[in-house]
Amino acid sequence: MTEPLTPPKRKNPLERTRAPLLPSAIRSRTAQMLTLAAAEGWFALPTCLDCGAVHYPPRDACPKCLSARIAAQAADGGGRVAAETAIRTSTDPYFRERMPWRIGTVVLDAGPSVIAHLHGDVRAGDRTRLEWKLDKSGQAVAFALPQTETANMADDPQLREMTLDPKFRRVLVTDARTALGQAMVSALSKAGAGIVFAGLAEPWKPAPAREALTRIRGVEIVPIDVTDTDSVNELAGEIGAKVDILINTAEHVRPGGLMERKGVGVAREELEAGYLGLIRLAQAFGPTMRFRGADGANSACAWVNVLSVFAQVNWPQFGAHSASQAAMLSAAQSLRAELRPGGVRVINVFTGPLETEWYQAVPPPKVAPSQVAGATIDALQRGLEDVWVGDIAQDVRSRLAANPKAIEREL
Amino acid sequence: MTSRRTKAAKTPADATASGGLAAFATALAAGAVEIVDLTQTLSPDFPTLVLPPELGQCTPFRIEEISRYDERGPAWYWNTITLSEHTGTHFDAPVHWITGRDLPNNTVDAFPAQKQIAPACVIDCAAAAAADPDFLLEPAHIETWEARHGTIPAGCWVLMRTDWSKRDAGAYANLREDGAHTPGPSPAAIRLLVEKRAILGFGTETIGTDAGQAHHLDPPYPAHTILHGAGRYGLQCLANLDRLPATGALVVAPPLKIRHGSGSPLRVLALVERKATGGAA
Amino acid sequence: MTAIHKGKRQGYEGVAVAAPVTVPYRRYSINSAHWWIGRALRGLVDRAGIGPGDIDGLSVSSFTLAPDTAIGLTQHFGLSPRWLDHVPMGGASGVMALRKAARAVQAGDCDIAACVAGDTNHVDSFRRTLSTFSRFAQDAVYPYGSGGPNANFALIMANYMGRTGATRADMGKLAVAQRDNALAFPHALMKKPLTLDDYLGARAIADPIHLFDCVMPCAGAEAFLVLREDIARDLKLPYARILGSIERHNAFPGDAIQERGGWQRDLDELYGMAGLKRGAVDFVETYDDYPVISMMQLEELGLCKSGEVVEFVRASTFTTHGSCPHNTSGGQLSVGQAGCAGGFLGLVEAIRQLTGQALGGQVKDAKAGLVSGFGMITYDRGLASCAALLGKA
Repeated sequence: MTEPLTPPKRKNPLERTRAPLLPSAIRSRTAQMLTLAAAEGWFALPTCLDCGAVHYPPRDACPKCLSARIAAQAADGGGRVAAETAIRTSTDPYFRERMPWRIGTVVLDAGPSVIAHLHGDVRAGDRTRLEWKLDKSGQAVAFALPQTETANMADDPQLREMTLDPKFRRVLVTDARTALGQAMVSALSKAGAGIVFAGLAEPWKPAPAREALTRIRGVEIVPIDVTDTDSVNELAGEIGAKVDILINTAEHVRPGGLMERKGVGVAREELEAGYLGLIRLAQAFGPTMRFRGADGANSACAWVNVLSVFAQVNWPQFGAHSASQAAMLSAAQSLRAELRPGGVRVINVFTGPLETEWYQAVPPPKVAPSQVAGATIDALQRGLEDVWVGDIAQDVRSRLAANPKAIEREL
Repeated sequence: MTSRRTKAAKTPADATASGGLAAFATALAAGAVEIVDLTQTLSPDFPTLVLPPELGQCTPFRIEEISRYDERGPAWYWNTITLSEHTGTHFDAPVHWITGRDLPNNTVDAFPAQKQIAPACVIDCAAAAAADPDFLLEPAHIETWEARHGTIPAGCWVLMRTDWSKRDAGAYANLREDGAHTPGPSPAAIRLLVEKRAILGFGTETIGTDAGQAHHLDPPYPAHTILHGAGRYGLQCLANLDRLPATGALVVAPPLKIRHGSGSPLRVLALVERKATGGAA
Repeated sequence: MTAIHKGKRQGYEGVAVAAPVTVPYRRYSINSAHWWIGRALRGLVDRAGIGPGDIDGLSVSSFTLAPDTAIGLTQHFGLSPRWLDHVPMGGASGVMALRKAARAVQAGDCDIAACVAGDTNHVDSFRRTLSTFSRFAQDAVYPYGSGGPNANFALIMANYMGRTGATRADMGKLAVAQRDNALAFPHALMKKPLTLDDYLGARAIADPIHLFDCVMPCAGAEAFLVLREDIARDLKLPYARILGSIERHNAFPGDAIQERGGWQRDLDELYGMAGLKRGAVDFVETYDDYPVISMMQLEELGLCKSGEVVEFVRASTFTTHGSCPHNTSGGQLSVGQAGCAGGFLGLVEAIRQLTGQALGGQVKDAKAGLVSGFGMITYDRGLASCAALLGKA
């Protein structure tokens, strides 16, 4: 039975903020084969492509047939906890602060034995469901969850080290003017966020959403324009120490490739709202978030970028926009490395064309803003890193993996 | 140039010895001539013209530090600014509008220096604009003004005072579902000023020389269409027009010398004889 | 697998094991592993009455030599051996070094092989050894609470207790008996008596492992000589003989969790070589990184019947002068664990017992002793298991 999380007390402003520590991040390159599964939230095991044997820990040759053709393949995470222990003494500063820490040997139905972090509701002898999670250092780790949902399951302290649950956390949605931004604000409020700071740029422009936003529980409207350095810095000065999760919904979608557009004005606007906006946010909010990575139950924990899936491969119909999204994706990777010392996760939510004004001429399937918001909440609650929302995004991901040259010609 | 200008220059000359500029300098030093700043501060918060989003947009003012006594430049502070030619208090050259595109010397760099200082007639529409944000300046209003202050002389700026510059940003842009609602001139009024009075240009406190709903007028955007088609100039986003006399002020409005530019942000100053201030009506 | 006939093991005739050396342990040391190994080499030379130049075989076991290996030590110590080995195998180091050196001497590759194990223990070296111990540990163990071997063995012990019915009191019996033995051994770091209540009441480290299940990491060195029997006699060195030995690695990869080491796979050969009945030894030195592993060894090495280890533990005293003398110097649990030297501790003690040179309690009429090694837990289990039967010369 997991103790439900209680709303965090107001922070004593005179108290020292604990420095974020990380568990060991050292992994072999081979072990990184499981990171993708952890980042996307599916279970995989190293599998021999020749004899089909699964094994763990990841190896460079199959322990059955010595084949070198090994890849992480989807597998069944069901198993039994053969033994458990509660570690009460550790040489590692991160775990020392979190003692006792429970781990166990999980014997998978698929065969291998896996040393795993244990959820509080899982005991030796229990059936369990193993998942790969990303820990505070951003590395994939095995986590043994109860076979079926238990009460307050998400509030387990060890699980919360892996997840980024918005419950009681304070979240900044950088652009709440758009349909996407509004869906995000409302989903966060429903997910139990403590405060949702809803960003509105250019307050002199009418915002029909303003009134609806103010009626949502926990919403505070804040002025922020990601194209304006001063505005981003000013808001960070006001609420920067209270932003536990930052969700960048700012977008500037315009159709067109390179040649038919006259000049670089629109491209520059796309970069201002996208790539440069991300840099402005990173400079203004990043350092404080990184510093607050271990600041109690509502520590800073996540940074979400909502990106077009065409950041991964260019869609010439929105060619210049795709390019700006590719720049953001690359910047997000840099940000991921820069925020990692604070244990702050960078999530990229890749979406296909949205059911919004700028994709009016694009045929379905399209993604409803609420679907993106739902996927974002799910990613936070499960602690994912890469999320693919909607049929188009899934399709692009599969086709890219299958044949990147084919999709380049087909798009 | 104009009789009014000659008349205005006489007063300081009475008080001092002789020589126009020397007398002017003396008057300036003595405080007999006040310099009123008609410029809005360039800031990212200041509204810009809003067009349908599929069209090219007015680049808002942005400022980025190059260095500030730091590792980027230890002893100095400076910035890079970005803005369009039509951001903040700015000047419109005839080439800005399609009606002026084939005129000679129609670009901002060709704006003759000799015209960069010119007298101003200030028509106070503040009360009417307060009552009706879509207020249009009509020929009748101009004629009423002229009955009191004399005929508007050729070669001067006509500035439409609405006190719009005193509004907060939201009320200033005054955007509603059907677009901006801000005052401006009617086609007939602009025609009168351009064709009958031969003004140098027309200036407003609002984002454009035209009214917010001017796309519904005939012709649409009459100020832009008629002024620039006749090779005249525009000034927008002016401030402090309430501190100018109806007549007698000299406007200093030199835009940036941008090659082939359509307009320019600028600092606009007005020289006002002290005893004449506060009297605009 | 194709059917390949397994060859017959040769005996260790003509090989002597002598000159047991211990460089007294220290909890922490500011010296390097090189310093400790140097002290042990000097101890060997002094004890054997030879010069450093007479050492023509060198076997080194250490975890904290980095960036050096055995080869660097030849120049470091001015040695010119014609046979060199590096056996950083933790708890299996001693028996493995012994077996290899014995074969080298037998084959004439060298005449006098110095087998040395030494490790230092700086304030932070234990943590650093743990976090970089193996690739599997880095990838799949250390990030899980960083409990080091304590956490690994806690899982093994929890499972073992569940399976066999062994209790903490059974484990405690071994620890308490070893402490009794250690009180007579001058080099033991633990000098206070230990009661079963002390054991049971100690704080938990990683359930079910408590404080007195754990060894204390420290700095130290152990060494012995493996040499031609005739040379040993010429030097008038008391020596022991090797009656038999085995090693086996990753013995049961299919076991979901470690319940056995690997000795049982080769046990008949071990006793067969020696011409001894199973368990017919006068004392036994197990690798006691945790009492549970000693229990595993007692059963698998045939000291009791299979499946009866709990009863056996309850019926034996394990003290030097009692029944089934076990870890007669106190074992690592009481002496301390000086890295790879921990893998030499039982072997060096067995040589002393069989040559009448015990520093603490002497097992009466000790003619045959069993030394076993175990270790190298790179993921979830100790991979190495090995054993040697030594006899009085």
